[in-house]
Amino acid sequence: MPRSLPAPTFELTHHTLGNGLRVLVAPDRSAPVVGVGVLYDVGMRSEPVGRTGFAHLFEHLMFQGSANLEKLEHFRYVQSSGGVFNGSTHVDYTNYHEVMPSNALERALFLEADRMLSPRITEENLANQLEVVKNEIRVNVMNRPYGGFPWLNLPAVLFDSFANSHNGYGDFADLESATVDDASDFFARYYTPANAVLAVAGDLDVDETMGFIEKHFGQIKKRPAPKRPSFGEPALTAERRTTHHDSHAPIPAVALGYRVPDPVRKLDEHLAGVLLAEVLTDGDASRLQRRLVHKDGLVTDVGAYLGQFGDPFDERDPTAMTITAHYPDARSLPAILTAVDEELARIADDGLEPGELDRVRTRLVSVMFRELDAVMSRTLDLAKFELIYGRAELIGELPSRLADVTDADVRAAAAALRPDRRAVVELVAGGAR
Amino acid sequence: MTAAVPALTKPRKPRALRSDERLHATGLRTVAVRKPGVPLVEVRLRVPFLSAARSHPAKGALLADSLLTGAGGYGRAELAAAVQELGGDLSVGVDADRLLIGGNVLATNLRPLLDLLATVLIEPAYAKAEVASERDRLVERLTIARSRPGVVASEALAYRMWGEHPYSRDLPQIAAVTAATAAQLRALHQAMVRPDAATLVVVGDVSPARVLDHVDAALAGWSGASAASRVRPLPTPEPRPTLVVDRPGSVQSSIRMGGGALRRTDPGYPALQLANLIFGGYFSSRWTENIREDKGYTYGPHSRVEHHVLGSALMFDVEVATEVTAPAMLETRYELGRIASLPVTPAEVDAVRQYAIGTLALSTATQAGLASTLAGLSAFGLGLDWLAEHPGRLVSVTVDEVSAAAAEYFAPARLVEVIVGDAESITAPLGALGPVTSDA
Repeated sequence: MPRSLPAPTFELTHHTLGNGLRVLVAPDRSAPVVGVGVLYDVGMRSEPVGRTGFAHLFEHLMFQGSANLEKLEHFRYVQSSGGVFNGSTHVDYTNYHEVMPSNALERALFLEADRMLSPRITEENLANQLEVVKNEIRVNVMNRPYGGFPWLNLPAVLFDSFANSHNGYGDFADLESATVDDASDFFARYYTPANAVLAVAGDLDVDETMGFIEKHFGQIKKRPAPKRPSFGEPALTAERRTTHHDSHAPIPAVALGYRVPDPVRKLDEHLAGVLLAEVLTDGDASRLQRRLVHKDGLVTDVGAYLGQFGDPFDERDPTAMTITAHYPDARSLPAILTAVDEELARIADDGLEPGELDRVRTRLVSVMFRELDAVMSRTLDLAKFELIYGRAELIGELPSRLADVTDADVRAAAAALRPDRRAVVELVAGGAR
Repeated sequence: MTAAVPALTKPRKPRALRSDERLHATGLRTVAVRKPGVPLVEVRLRVPFLSAARSHPAKGALLADSLLTGAGGYGRAELAAAVQELGGDLSVGVDADRLLIGGNVLATNLRPLLDLLATVLIEPAYAKAEVASERDRLVERLTIARSRPGVVASEALAYRMWGEHPYSRDLPQIAAVTAATAAQLRALHQAMVRPDAATLVVVGDVSPARVLDHVDAALAGWSGASAASRVRPLPTPEPRPTLVVDRPGSVQSSIRMGGGALRRTDPGYPALQLANLIFGGYFSSRWTENIREDKGYTYGPHSRVEHHVLGSALMFDVEVATEVTAPAMLETRYELGRIASLPVTPAEVDAVRQYAIGTLALSTATQAGLASTLAGLSAFGLGLDWLAEHPGRLVSVTVDEVSAAAAEYFAPARLVEVIVGDAESITAPLGALGPVTSDA
């Protein structure tokens, strides 16, 4: 039996406005700061064919002024209030957020409502942000070793549909052909109040906050939420392999992607997979560190994670477990794959060592708490769990759900990671040593 | 239609933190802060690590990578499992100034984590096989690091600013790493990983008094004095022709600039801090609004004041598309010249003042953020008082003081410049703006 683990507790109220906007308010008066986050239920998977990278480009456009604000004013109002802001585009959603001193709460809500009302999308802003995004891709992908690896390479082999397999940062040709009309259509269709979740957490009074929210968001006209298509795909039946040439990388790398069960509908199986990833690569006591780094000396590092960006609760079906490694000798790949298969088989056949599951689980809960300590991550987590799982309260239940995962569950998760269910991308190093 | 942007209401004061501090018999100083919120505790042990020895960066980096590979009766995997079982984590980082052992753990498990930390400090193994394995990995990691243009540019800039000073050798040379032995790491640990000048910061859901007693008991056996090391003061950077380092085929140029700055304890520092924000220290800065939001030359420029034990530096970094390298430099020097020659506006100062005060509160609002901030400040003899008083210092800075700081420290003629990029494409256009050299 696992020892009892502490569980996060928070005060949380749910509301839905007349226009369909779902609202979460979570007061915590321990520090005079508030977090405001808006998640729109549209991400890279919903980009139209021929418009790869559009969800992310559009995220940039949402910062370029709005109904009542000129370009640059959004940033200036947040920062001159003592706050910080950002936005990010994910597979299934796009978020916008700010953390402010609590005396700027109404201002933050106004700023988010103003761009939900109407962003200022002009030819000039589009041209400017196109250049900014191209430079973002240059700095993060084209001009650096291992840039975008493997999130830009693996989906193309692991999935078949355009939605799941395309490059989410975008091809330059696609980005350059985006128009103001495309942006207006995208906004009209996906950025409706009924397709969004607003979370507000921190130093606030619930009634007063709801008053602000009604005042600023309540006036936005109701528009229907788009029907979300299923992005599901049949499981792989045979291993797929590809190579990716990286002219900057000094040593090779590999990414193994395994299709895993639906993270929402089969949450308990998913949690077994989350714990398996920790068993495999969290720290020097983990299975693959011990085997590949320390015993066989084949790789310089190895990591396993769920979700394209390492957050297991960030995506709906289909999603994947990824194992990546960098290794000095290009000839080692077959030995690395064999070792991974052997270690997975060892878990599937023999189960875990005494105490192994408990210590991994204890550490994972500790990591979850650590993330919740920051008001920004707390705010975004509330909104994310509400959007993806339909229940923000799940955050508080995760420790006990994890405690219910058994040795047999982790063995089953390991047994499912078979070579015929995976895609392998070998990064060929073309850089100087 | 125009709706008014809501005004700010009266700010609420943060709750005062309960803290306690102790100088232990061994010379170790502990600062303990109660900060509930989540049931965790953060630990930072800062050990001074400055040395003029040429081989020190390599040995120091390898020591940091090898420290947790076994101690006392624990092998590498056993030690990691013991920490994990507590819901904890330990990691080791190093730079020219200090060795930093950082960790976090479920608050109820602080004492056993401190016991494990004591074992690592008092009985590190540095087993030959483990050190050999870490040495190979470090060589690979250094190779990967130096394949990144930003790392190449930062190394070249540090060397151009500070020459052979230890601050320009932060990232070790591979030959020196290859030559470092397990016996040398044991000797270095013996000489420098000592409590007499070290500071331990503990922040979390804990009672400060009880933390101090735990530390007294757990770390009593860690003793001894650190071998003092004399390192010469940081030289003042001399401006020279812009250095272009060739990286053929680069689709972007990595521009790095640096100059001297006021130390954090200098009475003029708050004004310089605000001047930096106005120039390039936050998104609404002149530099960002010009070369990103107006011109689209870059994903984002950044400037910052970096504080080291031996001195502070003003540092600038930006990656720009290869074809606009010279225009980006032109705009950058224009903004530098403008802030150095013309006064800043009261509105700009008000904005950055609120930003600096607000983000200071945010960065210390988490257990981890506060612990890291306090560990960093401890190097300068500063702590919670400094944090509490800093907003007041920012409030009293005048517009003229900010303009004066900008005039002195942002003058483009004072800055050292390095650009890593496709030399064939960028050298001639850059040459039109001023002297350029490829000779490091």
